[in-house]
Amino acid sequence: MRLEYFQLIDRIIDLNLADRKISSEATVPTASTIFEGHFPGYPLMPGVLLIEAMAQTSGWLVIAANRFERVPFLASVKEAKLRTFVTPGEVLSVEAQLMHEGSGYAVTKAKIVANGKPICDATLTLRVMDFPNAEMETEMRKLASRIGLALEAPVNG
Amino acid sequence: MSTTYETIANIIVETCDIPRDSITPESHAINDLGIDSLDFLDIAFAIDKAFGIKLPLEQWTQEVNDGKATTDQYFVLKNLAARIDELVAAKGA
Repeated sequence: MRLEYFQLIDRIIDLNLADRKISSEATVPTASTIFEGHFPGYPLMPGVLLIEAMAQTSGWLVIAANRFERVPFLASVKEAKLRTFVTPGEVLSVEAQLMHEGSGYAVTKAKIVANGKPICDATLTLRVMDFPNAEMETEMRKLASRIGLALEAPVNG
Repeated sequence: MSTTYETIANIIVETCDIPRDSITPESHAINDLGIDSLDFLDIAFAIDKAFGIKLPLEQWTQEVNDGKATTDQYFVLKNLAARIDELVAAKGA
């Protein structure tokens, strides 16, 4: 995780477009100023960042499904459940399933698991639109390459 | 079996917490019922699932923005029901 850049996903583990699923890995840093405030003496990964990790993983799935033609933005979070505390240094497995691709939006179900324990889950709606500018598309392609979306992850389907 | 309009009205009640008796076939989803674009995504999702279609929201929005259609054609509920019936018929053709 690069919390300072709000880039929560370290790498794509698997992308299966036939089944419309993706899984990614995200390691919580052992140190961050976030943990100095959340909470002093009892560092916990904030739940909103866990939701963001699910949203980013869902977003990579949507980008892969439309072959980088368009970009998703988080629009709504439903039924979010934060089940277990996450502490610095934990390795999170983030999974997302594309439930529906509508006109200009997509719906995913996502969850995070760590060491076999359910951490959190939610249903997410993302608006899907054209890239607002060429710079963003270029940077997103670089980021996708860095986390292995295009180059390293086994693409099934 | 519910009519298309009744199904839409029930979806709006469930997704937007709007009283059923304030919804009529003449209601404009945006202007009369105050449904915003984010809530309409939930409605579109429920409609897509209920009818097995994909409401062409982006195409409709483009047509309205280009002056080729009015919002009434797509967002007055009786008209929305007619558009859905057309999409369902086209799917089965």
